Amino acid sequence: MKRSLRPLAATAVIFLIAYALSVLQFPGMLSTRVLGNFLTDNAFLGIAAVGMTFVIISGGIDLSVGAVIGFTGVLVAVLISWMGLHPLAAFAIALGVAALFGGAMGAAIHYLQVPSFIVTLAGMFLARGGASVITQDSVPINHEFYAAISGLIIRLPGGGRLSFIGLLMVAVFLVGALLAHRTRFGSYVYALGGNPVSALLMGVPVARTTVQIYMLSSVLAALAGIVFSLYTSAGYPLAAVGVELDAISAVVIGGTLLTGGYGFVLGSFVGVMLLGLVQTYIIFDGTLSSWWTKIVIGVLLFLFIVLQRIIFAASAPGEESPEKV
Amino acid sequence: MADNNYVLEARGVLKIFGNHVALDGVDFGLRSGEVHALLGENGAGKSTLIKILTGAYQPDGGGIYVDGAKVSLDNPLHAQTFGIGTVYQEVNLLPNRSVAENLFLGHQPRRFGFVDFRKMEADARALLAIYDLHIDPASELGTHSVAVQQIVAIARAVQLSGKVLILDEPTASLDRNEVERLFEVVRGLKARGLAIIFITHFLDQVFALADRVTVLRNGKLVDTRQLDALSRTDVVRLMLGKDIAFSGATDVEPSENPDEVLLEFKGYGRKRGVLPFDLTIHKGEVVGVAGLLGSGRTEMARIMFGADPADQGTLSVNGKPTAIRKTTDAIKHGFGFCPEDRKAEGILGDLSVRENIVIALQGKLGWFKALNRDEQLEIAGRFGEAMDIRAASLDMPVKLLSGGNQQKVILSRWLATDPAFLILDEPTRGIDVGAHAEIVRTINRLREDGMAMLVISSELDEVVAYSSRIVVMRDREMVAELRGKNINPGVIVQAIANHPDEAVA
Repeated sequence: MKRSLRPLAATAVIFLIAYALSVLQFPGMLSTRVLGNFLTDNAFLGIAAVGMTFVIISGGIDLSVGAVIGFTGVLVAVLISWMGLHPLAAFAIALGVAALFGGAMGAAIHYLQVPSFIVTLAGMFLARGGASVITQDSVPINHEFYAAISGLIIRLPGGGRLSFIGLLMVAVFLVGALLAHRTRFGSYVYALGGNPVSALLMGVPVARTTVQIYMLSSVLAALAGIVFSLYTSAGYPLAAVGVELDAISAVVIGGTLLTGGYGFVLGSFVGVMLLGLVQTYIIFDGTLSSWWTKIVIGVLLFLFIVLQRIIFAASAPGEESPEKV
Repeated sequence: MADNNYVLEARGVLKIFGNHVALDGVDFGLRSGEVHALLGENGAGKSTLIKILTGAYQPDGGGIYVDGAKVSLDNPLHAQTFGIGTVYQEVNLLPNRSVAENLFLGHQPRRFGFVDFRKMEADARALLAIYDLHIDPASELGTHSVAVQQIVAIARAVQLSGKVLILDEPTASLDRNEVERLFEVVRGLKARGLAIIFITHFLDQVFALADRVTVLRNGKLVDTRQLDALSRTDVVRLMLGKDIAFSGATDVEPSENPDEVLLEFKGYGRKRGVLPFDLTIHKGEVVGVAGLLGSGRTEMARIMFGADPADQGTLSVNGKPTAIRKTTDAIKHGFGFCPEDRKAEGILGDLSVRENIVIALQGKLGWFKALNRDEQLEIAGRFGEAMDIRAASLDMPVKLLSGGNQQKVILSRWLATDPAFLILDEPTRGIDVGAHAEIVRTINRLREDGMAMLVISSELDEVVAYSSRIVVMRDREMVAELRGKNINPGVIVQAIANHPDEAVA
């Protein structure tokens, strides 16, 4: 097996074992209802994690994701409820704003040579502050379009429901996987994460690719914000605080190397599902504080970072692979 | 050189950095189907010329001609479109991606907008077969040896440019078999009519591979010659630029007193560093180290000082067996080391002259015996005066001093620790004439005071002037130890150039 696949395989195995153990304790967890809710409840996180996967593979980080989700929710709610725009128009505006926002961050990172950590930290404050300036309160959305979308459900045998937003997340993951692994843009993203100097010398359009990466991340964060507003039927400036950290956790647990260059979009899907599993388990248990979720995520993260170090240190390039040349 | 059908030509190229002339009217012509070696010591202007030929730098005067037409190369990618490809010493590929992707990145074959992996891998397999390289194109590049990565880099460069191939020290990290493998590839490309520029520090490799050689020195063109009319000694002479007379033996009295052995290295060496060597150093003796760049001079010094600890052999200090595993061990035994690259490894630019001088002494004293400010000033002042360091104040940052004064600060730093054995790596490089004389005087004075020193230098006149003995390095091996009358530039050049066993190809 390719060494870059090993962390992903480990995540998948851990997910299956953890799920099996949960089912042994609470047989109710093995149902289409629980699986359907997995997708619905984590849809916004999953969509944001796809963008984060691209950013991290390229060797960067995007801390503005949670703030962009919050900002988008408020923007969409205000456009629909106060301005009376059709939701689709509001969505288009929100996605366009996010594209400009992400593009500007990417441009700052590339042209000013500022670490992505700093630029997106600034972006985080801008977006969160912007949302709070628009309104400090939760803005409810009551539009028949929202009701219609909530009604779009595929019923599964056993009482499960596949919601529109759950399926949207799956679709985003599939498109993201195609983009990462089957296009030139995807190969440029990996190239930047592998060695930016080599990438430049090999003719990778570094500026364009960097701008596109952060644009993609912000657009997907905005899409996550739209999904979040569909999920809660409201926009709230302090929504999704810290979601960027959950997204980073899901990406790393899904086998993407934090230093860039290696990773899989579908790995992040497994990562998101594993986080969802932990939360569902705690709900089923009922006695545990929800803060145990954080502890488990912390332990998993630490475990995976150690695991990656071991895997990549054990097979250092060019050392123990004597081949005939 | 009457014919003028050069594929790539530089005419009167001038490049100035600040007030330093890096290239001074250099002419260089490259024909197709030849391997052209470019030689010169550090600072000769090789890398500047290469960067101009690949478009990384723009010349300040003169011009670049491709097939006789003047061109302006904006950047390495632009140079690629004129058929000029480069392979660097450090493989500039992506170790995290597949071999096939490294070959075709940016030019991947596509179907319906998506990368066609099957076709890309088939193309890669076919391309690598030309180089007799049969590896899985889907495998990760980083899992292959450096030699394979170099061949992949060459394949990519040739594939994309296909007229001129510049090899910038491609063999620096390869072993003997890998070098031979690489040479076969280069010979194959030469037969296909490519023009190849080959840069290396290894003379053997120049003679094994190249047809013509161009030598640069101090930013000026020395000469371009047909290689088969040259001997090794000729080439070394061109590089070092000495009209060597077989006279001028050292006036330093050999002070070999068997009772005063300070250090004894036996079979000392390090894998991938320096082959095992034996060396005895007496008190009050300066051992000069001569050899071309990359011959293992600096590596030897670093092994002695424990910066790269030895993995074989024994050392005794004052007759007692001793192990030096790290630099603090060396300092404890009274070693001092002034490295070659002052800026990167020697001075702490933002700290003051005073702090730079006392830091090694403080390191030796340890954490708990802090020198107070008065003591520091006293020590710094004493050495500042003794070494004639020209600084407006002992509290000014060291980076503001001239190169010569910086070197004196580093020397003072080690002298403050009262060392028994001092290693100086190129102590006079890049400093002005006055400071130069000062440092040579200091070396002589310290020797008379009974200090043992190992001095590495490319300046043969200089080594001859102060050494009691001279060891010569070649290809990471100590090949000669010269003493007495043999210490003169002529003998040294021959020792550097000599090739004891196999005949020259």
